[in-house]
Amino acid sequence: MRGWEAVIGIETHVELQTESKMFCGCPVRFGAEPNTTVCPVCLGLPGALPVPNEEAIERILRIGAAFECTLVEGSLFHRKNYFYPDLPKNYQITQYDLPFCIDGHLDIDVDGDELRVGITRVHMEEDTGKSIHGSESGRIHDAKFSLLDFNRAGVPLVEIVSEPDIRTPEQARAYAAELQRVVRSLGVSDARLEEGSVRFDANISVRRVGADEFGTRAEVKNMNSLRSLQRAIAYEIDRQIALIESGAAVVQDTRHWDEGSGKTTSMRSKEESEDYRYFQEPDLVPLHVDQPWRDRVFASLPELPAIRRHRITAAGVDRQAAAVMVEAGDLADLYDEAVSLGAEPRTVGNWLSGDVVAYLRRNETSLADTHLRPDHLYELATMVGEGALSSTAAKDVLARVLAGEGSPAAVAEQYDLLQISDAGALEAEVDAVLAGNPDVVAKLRAGDMKPVGFLVGQVMRATGGKADPRIVSDLIRTRAAAG
Amino acid sequence: MSDLADLAVREAASLMRRGDVSSLEITNAVIDRAGVTESHLHAYLTFNQDAARAAAGEADAARAAGRNGGLFHGIPIALKDNLTTRGTETTAGSKILSGYVPPYSATVVNRLRDRYAVILGKTNLDEFAMGSSTENSAYGPTRNPWDTERVPGGSSGGSAAAVAVGSALAALGSDTGGSIRQPASLCGIVGVKPTYGLVSRYGLIAFASSLDQIGPFARTVGDAAGLLEAIAGHDIHDATSYRGDVPPISTALQTGVAGMKIGVVKELSGDGIDHEVAAACRAMYSKLETAGARVTEVSLPASETALSAYYLIAPAEASANLARFDGVRYGLRVDGDTTEEMMARTRAEGFGPEVARRILLGTYALSAGYYDAFYGQAQKVRTLVRRDFEAAYEDVDVLVSPTSPTTAFPIGERIADPLSMYYADVCTIASNLAGDPSGSVPISLDSAGLPIGLQIMAPALHEEQLFRVAAEVERLAEFRQRPELATSEVRPA
Amino acid sequence: MPVDIDIAKVAKLARLALSPEALAEYDSQLQDILAHAERVGALPTEGVPPTSHPLPMTNAFRPDEATDSLDREEVLEQAPDREGEYFRVPRILGE
Ligand SMILES: [Mg+2]
Ligand SMILES: [Zn+2]
Repeated sequence: MRGWEAVIGIETHVELQTESKMFCGCPVRFGAEPNTTVCPVCLGLPGALPVPNEEAIERILRIGAAFECTLVEGSLFHRKNYFYPDLPKNYQITQYDLPFCIDGHLDIDVDGDELRVGITRVHMEEDTGKSIHGSESGRIHDAKFSLLDFNRAGVPLVEIVSEPDIRTPEQARAYAAELQRVVRSLGVSDARLEEGSVRFDANISVRRVGADEFGTRAEVKNMNSLRSLQRAIAYEIDRQIALIESGAAVVQDTRHWDEGSGKTTSMRSKEESEDYRYFQEPDLVPLHVDQPWRDRVFASLPELPAIRRHRITAAGVDRQAAAVMVEAGDLADLYDEAVSLGAEPRTVGNWLSGDVVAYLRRNETSLADTHLRPDHLYELATMVGEGALSSTAAKDVLARVLAGEGSPAAVAEQYDLLQISDAGALEAEVDAVLAGNPDVVAKLRAGDMKPVGFLVGQVMRATGGKADPRIVSDLIRTRAAAG
Repeated sequence: MSDLADLAVREAASLMRRGDVSSLEITNAVIDRAGVTESHLHAYLTFNQDAARAAAGEADAARAAGRNGGLFHGIPIALKDNLTTRGTETTAGSKILSGYVPPYSATVVNRLRDRYAVILGKTNLDEFAMGSSTENSAYGPTRNPWDTERVPGGSSGGSAAAVAVGSALAALGSDTGGSIRQPASLCGIVGVKPTYGLVSRYGLIAFASSLDQIGPFARTVGDAAGLLEAIAGHDIHDATSYRGDVPPISTALQTGVAGMKIGVVKELSGDGIDHEVAAACRAMYSKLETAGARVTEVSLPASETALSAYYLIAPAEASANLARFDGVRYGLRVDGDTTEEMMARTRAEGFGPEVARRILLGTYALSAGYYDAFYGQAQKVRTLVRRDFEAAYEDVDVLVSPTSPTTAFPIGERIADPLSMYYADVCTIASNLAGDPSGSVPISLDSAGLPIGLQIMAPALHEEQLFRVAAEVERLAEFRQRPELATSEVRPA
Repeated sequence: MPVDIDIAKVAKLARLALSPEALAEYDSQLQDILAHAERVGALPTEGVPPTSHPLPMTNAFRPDEATDSLDREEVLEQAPDREGEYFRVPRILGE
């Protein structure tokens, strides 16, 4: 794409995992039997009326606050009118010109480069039901009929619209991933792409480098993983450049990403786009988010992922290790607790992001299902710090603690993994090795310190690996010099 | 009058309290009355005599067991068929809901059932409450009990006719632009549209959400007050429902009007008002003055544009409210090759011409490029209408006008001319735009023997002022006439 | 002043499959009604805020508590067409 630049904006829909739906008391439950979590309101029965879920509004405000948006004092719900069989009322209750949150941003890190992506708005709406298309492919085009399940209809949906600040597929992916982390850290949704609790749509256009005007954009939908988001955008950028270079023009349309073929195909062109006839929802009254409420929301925010990563890195932990822990969330929680007990940050960070992650993966388990506690990490790190345990032995101990065999001290004791750090107890071993290697000792005395390592190895072997190598090394130097 | 079907609710209630008569006896009398009148009137779409008798039996048993549901305990009442009733077909007068049996009941229905009221059935209406004559029902028109060649008014014409004739002691209707007051006026009974939000709309099949209100029909002001008290109050299922206390209504009935300031709406007393109607109203204003009220003329300048604003706002909201009737989940379906085709055919077939007209009108008023000139502008006019009322209520306690510019008009007279039909609401729609309470009380008959009603309007949440004046008007009018259909002599055996 | 109405487009937006004759009749009726409705433009409304809702209320919420859903059979019994536990519709043209 030399000479070309892509302009990308992302619209994200996040399903909130509240107890009940946005405008009715039906439970929000993934995977319920079809058409069992429905009521007059979410089925659009004649006479039913919506009443907003207060917790859902609290949660969207938290999301907006996390993006440092302005929380709007007076906002409104509107009706967006269009006919579609999975939309029970044939209008969606959503927000139009007065959304809850505006003018925020999300900072992302792409291979060490920081990028600030503007957040235009964050608004509240209701989800639609699901259609299952009666065809071999499951796609709408060749279906002879469709089946409708309204369980999802009315689930609270937060739409997050970014500014067109993204330029590459990699940045788009980083944005999406960071957005997921933020939403998860707020505890408002698990934001899982596979289950549809988060969905990303990308608006993509291309232009010549240096151009000010935007090109004609296409909207791409149906990306079911971060990887497919990145692939779909890359494909779409190439497609648009090729079109223009061949002398054709990009048509503004909505496109469907097909994971199998790795291509986007047109769903509809914008010329046939609906006239949504937005008007203020007369069944609902205006919303008033006063200053105390807004202050409370900002005060209730947890530490956000980017800030947490910075803090952990600043404590001496590798960037990669910090990222892994923060991504997982529970690992970073455990890290924080262990460090607050006094454990050495770097050591704990390396264990959690390395050994513990490997253990979890190997055993297909989650941190909560292991026996590892913050005080275990503190104890283990202290033992290593004091020389009671070698770092190699510590990894062994850690695996056994994870498996529930006991505390680090108990495990090290039981498997006889404690180091001999008592200089007095090691003197005899060191002397014996020195006595057995007179020519090496002669080199040391002549000032050549290279063979120290060799001698340490001899002592380690003689002690079955339990000697603290640092103490042995010191002993060799002092005793050789003295002898 | 010895027929139990002619009792006022308060009389019936005190007879039952004393044990002189049972709910079942009253209910049977009303069922008998309906047996005579329905073939003339067609006030009901669904009449459940078995269920009504069963409910009456339960009400009597509950009373015997010491339970007291209040004024409406054991009283047979009717519901406009746009109030959703679990297990009972609810059509809103539309073919598109033919055969629809809702799985839930409206809040007002539950409240009445909880108070042991006896529900007789569902009354006829203009389809989706759109109309002023009950001729727009997909199931045929209701006729006026005073003259069966004339309309009962609308859209709650079935409820009004039933109460007027004694095939219910009281009834509920809904009022979006006059649909309770205008038929009450044309049928010679009392009808009240409460303050917007005072009665829950949950389960009322929506016409125009920001204007719709459920309200009572009765033969006396006191009965209407009692029915309103039985259904009013906050409901968690309606976000627009008022959260404060219900104004004290029944206690205001005996206070009289001495010292009250009553404003006559200038714009609704001259042009366009039938001269007999205007004269009857003027006669009543004089009586009110004699009774101690100070009557002055008040101008509501924006009210002349109110009708135009109403015929943009109501259809706009309706166009969205009626989008859910699409053949997917309930009601009529006309098949098509695709879902889009099925929906469009179902709706074209299922909606009558007045409903289709208003959907088109509302869709247009909201569409890109026209919103500001029509819907947006209408909402600003709505603000002006409210300001007019606010200014008027600085000087007076209530406003009065005719309820309807004419008495009942002949069936078929206006059906082909939408604008002339819309004009039937010219006196009533301003209260809906303002959200204020208003009611109609019968004051006399015109020279053709047709009832004339007086409209009384009050500030929002001041129902007690409305009822205070209504009760005095009722005393002063001494309107005791009943349609011939309700008197046993002329009834066929 | 004649009002500019593309009645076929309006009917399409409203999902009403109307015959050309019906469309023509509605067109002329809407002309009359809108000519009358245009009076809303005659009042001075500079700086007048719109009223969408008659009562000055804000923040009507419900607590986040799950309540009972409807019985599926009772709901599906009303469906014009169903398949098992689903509502069924003919093929859908667009998304
Ligand atoms: Mg959206
Ligand atoms: Zn629900």
